[in-house]
Amino acid sequence: MLIKCIYNELLKIAYKPRSYIGIAGIIIINAIILFAMKVDGSFYISLVTGQFEQTLAFEGGILNGNLVAFISIQMLIIHVPLLIAFVTGDLISGESAMGTIRLLLTKPVSRSTILWSKFFASVIYTLAVILCLAFMSLTLGKILFGAGDLIVLKFDGLVVFQEQDINWRFLCGFSLAFLSLITVATLALTLSCYSENSIGPIVATMGIILVFTIIGSMDVPVFDRIRPFLFTTHMAAWRYFFDTPLQTKAILHSIFILTSHCVVLLGIAFYKFNRNDILS
Amino acid sequence: MNHAKKIVEVKHLVKYYGKFCAVSDVSFDVYENDVFGFLGPNGAGKSTTLRMLLSLIKPTHGTIALFEKSLSDHRSAILSKVGCIVEKPDFYKYLSAQKNLEVFARISGIGISKTKIAELLEFVGLQGRANDKVSGFSHGMKQRLGIAQTLLHDPDLIILDEPTTGLDPQGIIDVRNLILQLKHEKRKTVILSSHILSEIERIANRMIIINKGKTVVQGNVADLVSSSALIVTFNLTPVDKALEVLRHSNFSACKTLVNNASLTLQTHADAIAQINAMFCSNDIQVSGIEVKRQLEDYFLQQVQSYAN
Repeated sequence: MLIKCIYNELLKIAYKPRSYIGIAGIIIINAIILFAMKVDGSFYISLVTGQFEQTLAFEGGILNGNLVAFISIQMLIIHVPLLIAFVTGDLISGESAMGTIRLLLTKPVSRSTILWSKFFASVIYTLAVILCLAFMSLTLGKILFGAGDLIVLKFDGLVVFQEQDINWRFLCGFSLAFLSLITVATLALTLSCYSENSIGPIVATMGIILVFTIIGSMDVPVFDRIRPFLFTTHMAAWRYFFDTPLQTKAILHSIFILTSHCVVLLGIAFYKFNRNDILS
Repeated sequence: MNHAKKIVEVKHLVKYYGKFCAVSDVSFDVYENDVFGFLGPNGAGKSTTLRMLLSLIKPTHGTIALFEKSLSDHRSAILSKVGCIVEKPDFYKYLSAQKNLEVFARISGIGISKTKIAELLEFVGLQGRANDKVSGFSHGMKQRLGIAQTLLHDPDLIILDEPTTGLDPQGIIDVRNLILQLKHEKRKTVILSSHILSEIERIANRMIIINKGKTVVQGNVADLVSSSALIVTFNLTPVDKALEVLRHSNFSACKTLVNNASLTLQTHADAIAQINAMFCSNDIQVSGIEVKRQLEDYFLQQVQSYAN
């Protein structure tokens, strides 16, 4: 029955026009970045490498598909949570707003199965978005700019990754970004259990991300204790895969924090959804 | 004594929302092949009770058994035998009628073919609109689609909350005929909540009236209505004299309505012959007597007497 419910949820997502806003947004923003890099990429690169020109000599194609992909992901990963929340925040509250929750919950399917199906559907949607991001940035980037070594700018210098050492880093980076987006999707789904309109959970999700990000970025000692436990602190953890040496401990810590958030949020969602009186 | 199988058994149902009591004590039984009318004024607790029957709302106290099984313990098994429309039929607006039915069919517990869906759409008169999005449907069309959805998995118990709301006269007649067809040909049990009391009177064989969250009365529709006061119209002349005679009789307390050639009053069956004899002995020409038993009057009587 769970498979049938997941199929139903995916069908609903597929037929909802709003589901394509996220994917369209990624395609458009990526296209803009690719266009800008194609036209004025060398100028952009000179801004980055200019400060090292007196000490380093750069040879070969610095502006390549790998660098463009890295820049694209860095820029887009801030916006993707909004696009994810836009769909997953609507999964339950949208049913309440439309009134279909009444019909759905009078069918011989447990409420837990319905919630699981919505969770798995949001995971699959998130995967589709991240694959779209990966395709647009990495595949199209390599087609347009070719492959090559990746130069990553750090606050204390430059790190150069050889071409054959990059693909696995992107794969792991995308996987960790996927986990952080699942956390956002779970948060939106949980808030969706508490609302009977579609907009509330989406705005609330973005509000929480905004507040946590501000807390995380404020260099004030009072927040030092909670900062490591905020999921927003770990949303950029995918960048750890572009450090050398690899920060295994930090990566595992981020995976643990993000997974813990998913488990706790799902627990709250199940508690609420299974006890909700349907009054809409 | 009813020997039919009990399909629904509700005992002392109570529902509180915080301190507000929506249902304070409702008990009733629905037997196999009943068309059970569910009546009550707005805010009486009808929808809350029906939602509790469908496990949309959890009761604060009381027990619900459907098909002789506890709803709380056998929810899925019970709901696989129940079809319903709760308040208004809402569907996924961005999906077509066909797709909507497919979505609900998929989770209705049994395999439902596209042929069956097509048959149901034809049955409710939506065969030409199967591939149209529900967003373009009128309320009446959604109501018809709701009925198709209710019948998808051939349920044994059908719960219809205001199923004729928004339908045109022909639609109302169709739904009435459908319910009677379900009862007589398919031996289904139907719980019907409606504000159109004449509908209940025509269709239901048993009914309950609830008010302020409590059972006011329940039983066979015919028995309940016949036990109430009747609306009796005497066609007679002269009307003025008849009214005068009535005022000086034991029936002076009867509520009366005077027309050109008729006098309508509310009284009991055993009084009709006495009143007629009284008119005749006073040289009043009685040319006809019409007797009406109306559920609406009975309903108002019960609700008002309960309120007082």
